[in-house]
Amino acid sequence: MSKFKKKKGGELPAISTASLPDIVFMLLFFFMVATVMRDSTLMVKNQLPAADQVQKLDKKDRVMYIYAGEPSSRYIDKYGSQPRIQLNDKFASVGEVAAFVLAERASKRQELQNVLTTALKVDGETKMGLISDIKQELRKVNALKINYTTRIGGYSQNID
Amino acid sequence: MAKRSAPEVNAGSMADIAFLLLIFFLVTTTIETDSGINRKLPPNEELEDPPIIKQKNIFTVVVNKNNQLLVEEELTDISDLRPLAVEFLDNGGGIDEEACNYCQGSKDPKSSDNPEKAIISLKNDRETSYKIYISVQNELVAAYNDLRDREFLRLFPNEYMSFVEANKKYSDPRTTPTEKARLKPLLSEVKIMFPQKLSEAEPSKNKS
Repeated sequence: MSKFKKKKGGELPAISTASLPDIVFMLLFFFMVATVMRDSTLMVKNQLPAADQVQKLDKKDRVMYIYAGEPSSRYIDKYGSQPRIQLNDKFASVGEVAAFVLAERASKRQELQNVLTTALKVDGETKMGLISDIKQELRKVNALKINYTTRIGGYSQNID
Repeated sequence: MAKRSAPEVNAGSMADIAFLLLIFFLVTTTIETDSGINRKLPPNEELEDPPIIKQKNIFTVVVNKNNQLLVEEELTDISDLRPLAVEFLDNGGGIDEEACNYCQGSKDPKSSDNPEKAIISLKNDRETSYKIYISVQNELVAAYNDLRDREFLRLFPNEYMSFVEANKKYSDPRTTPTEKARLKPLLSEVKIMFPQKLSEAEPSKNKS
């Protein structure tokens, strides 16, 4: 009799969720590794020009960054739309570049102080006058190694 | 007992699979690094007596405020800049001790003597836009790289790579020190053949 009794309740067993934490941790680690931290928030427009004859930038501790370009839309009211230089987290004038380089250089380890590169992250629409002024300032403090940071692509992308 | 229910799936190995995936992604992901054109600025002190350079050894590139390109006094499109620069550097018009035995150019006596003497002079206006400047820089570096690639392949055909690839390998931190020591003389030999002599004049003030 009971031999032919139908099994009651054919519901599926619950799926084990024991591995869920592992998956979550895996994702977490992945994003932790792949994310590049930006030390300073960008306050200028920064559409880099394209170039294909590029070399990789040195290790991060040997590089100091100078940004330049038009202030982003939320700063336009306060600072106008003329291209400006950004050092760390604030806008700066050309005269402050030298002091910035010296301060950056002093903050690095002794053996790195002579191999520092200055990366210029400049918006493509900026006029060369500003960039030449920056370069003159860099020459004054003997920061001669520079890198024009670019996107990778043919020069034709720069011409509209 | 004939009570059959689906057995619980063993989740013990799930963590192993997760770690396997994690390690796979760790290995294959390359963190995006910045790249760009490296340049070296000239030192600030003025030279006592600047060397006299023959006009024929200078290749002048001028970019004006309307982003127009003037190469050797002629209005040029940017796509023609690279072949013109290659032609100038590779000319090898010198005679006797100034002759260039690896140049494949037209040996025009009105153009550069040899790549060692050839200087590219770049001048831009203060109103020139940065992206045009970068494009011009890019094309001039490309001209040097083209010639260096050619000589590298000719001199070291057994390397099976071009100068640019070899240089990239040299600066890659994963390359072993022995390999670096082997590549270094090869690279510098080609660099001496085509030294990058790019001179930048201070930008002209815009006279409006």
